[in-house]
Amino acid sequence: MPLNTAANLADPDGFYEELISAQRDMDDETAIRMNCKLLILLANHIGDRAVLSEAITMARAPAPSAG
Amino acid sequence: MQKTYSYPVFPYRRSPEQADGRVLRHPVVVVGGGPIGLAAGLDCARRGIPTVILDDNNTVSVGSRAVCYAKRPLEILDRLGVAAPLVAKGISWKVGKVFVRDRLAYQFDLLPESDHKMPAMINLQQYYLEETLVAALDAEPLADLRWKHKVVAIDQHADHAVLTVETPDGVFTMQATWVIACDGANSDMRRMVGADFEGQAFHDRFLIADVVMQAGFPTERWFWFDPPFHPGQSVLLHKQADNVWRIDFQLGWGADPVEEKKPENVIPRIRKMLGDDVEFELEWVSIYQFACRRMRDFRVNRVLFAGDSAHQVSPFGARGANTGFQDIDNLGWKLKLVLDGCAPEALIDSYTAERLFAADDNLSNSTRSTDFITPKSPMSRRFRDCVLELAEQVAGIRPLVNSGRLSRPTPYVHSPLNTPDSAQFKGRMTPGTNCDDAPVTVAGKPSWLLNQLGDGFTVLVFGRVPAGVSIESGGVRATILGVDDDFGDPTGLIGTRYDGQPGTTYLIRPDQHVAARWRHFDPDLIRAALARALAA
Repeated sequence: MPLNTAANLADPDGFYEELISAQRDMDDETAIRMNCKLLILLANHIGDRAVLSEAITMARAPAPSAG
Repeated sequence: MQKTYSYPVFPYRRSPEQADGRVLRHPVVVVGGGPIGLAAGLDCARRGIPTVILDDNNTVSVGSRAVCYAKRPLEILDRLGVAAPLVAKGISWKVGKVFVRDRLAYQFDLLPESDHKMPAMINLQQYYLEETLVAALDAEPLADLRWKHKVVAIDQHADHAVLTVETPDGVFTMQATWVIACDGANSDMRRMVGADFEGQAFHDRFLIADVVMQAGFPTERWFWFDPPFHPGQSVLLHKQADNVWRIDFQLGWGADPVEEKKPENVIPRIRKMLGDDVEFELEWVSIYQFACRRMRDFRVNRVLFAGDSAHQVSPFGARGANTGFQDIDNLGWKLKLVLDGCAPEALIDSYTAERLFAADDNLSNSTRSTDFITPKSPMSRRFRDCVLELAEQVAGIRPLVNSGRLSRPTPYVHSPLNTPDSAQFKGRMTPGTNCDDAPVTVAGKPSWLLNQLGDGFTVLVFGRVPAGVSIESGGVRATILGVDDDFGDPTGLIGTRYDGQPGTTYLIRPDQHVAARWRHFDPDLIRAALARALAA
């Protein structure tokens, strides 16, 4: 099962709001640690190593240059 | 210090060859009288090779050092006839606890499979192990253990090496067809042959202390991340024989090794950990730092490197000495067959192929543990701390906690000596794997499967052993043993562990590893697999 890169969230704006709101009162360090925990929990949920490897590779890639 | 143990002083003796000024050619010379060198000498001698072992000192290891011995190395020591006193003296354990700050985060059980002769793990000071091996070598007619012999130069030739050796009586030379270099992580032999030792050095320091105490701790491995008595670092507590407890404190790279070793600095650390009401005495203190690295090839012409001289790992997981014994297990029989002209030198090269694969497995495990225990960057430290925090509440996260993955043998799954399976088998006894032990009955008396396997190749047959068949290749004859014919399988566990059905046949190497297996006894196939296992 490859990484699902198609839209998969029923309520994208709602999810994004929940994520941002969860960190609204946090300083950067607390927010970074929350992100780490979130990543570890979701990685365990996904389980599939091929999916995780693909996501790691995609996340590591530099942002496309402007222009 | 050292109230529980007094160090033996072994006598230096001038060798007749040095006294007479004769240059002798020895089949095998082992350099280094640590646990691996002593085991190498004993294995070679027991296999019938006259073996000289040289050590530049005249006593055993100072301090407890290696401490943990796992099941497979104990099985090897049992093959060499020395495991029983070690298991009797050692502390057998199987539960490990991981604490984060002041709370228990995770607990594991080595869950040793029952019905093996050897326990999963024992803890024993290295000096007891060495003393036992020295006594066995002294009783072994083909072993010649020489103290105060330091190799100062080596000159390699096509079919032998010339060693220049320094003793209290001066310098002399000896020749060796093969040299086994077991002179440790800072190997002079490795430097003298000009070999590389590549890998990663870890910028951290650890304080090891042996303390004697009558403590109420259970016989378990306790590991702390960030404990209140040593904030921000890790601590390990382990029990050894004689009520000696081993404590490892992570100190960080900035620690001053000279200052930290002073009892006036060590004792308050331990006091803080144990509390004011526990009485203890300090036995031995050392500071170490470590690297994860290995040689590119464990053979350099006539010199074979084994143990820490060939590969060095972090201490997390007890993979140092345990791996070294498995090097020797792999090498002894190969040297014997090549020296006897029964196998080509290619068999010696399979030592590097098989043990390099195992070393890489150990290095990978050890590096992973080190990256968890001593994170290298602020971000990896956050990941580590978050795993520890989550692990307290979420059981599914606990397998990510890595306080050292304890040593297990690495199957030689890609070995050129294996004959691949041509049929389906259940269980883990694939070619290249060390044989699982199981109870047997021999003439009505209980014994163990591994003790039935001899010094040579064994053909293990389930069901009727065909009469009048011999299995030979190039002068090497395998012993044929029948489960039921030669010994009983009282628990049925040999059948289960080896997926034995009538006709199932295993070819087992002299180091108790599976070389090949079939569903039927076919002499031609077995002979071909034997030739392959001899690199012929």
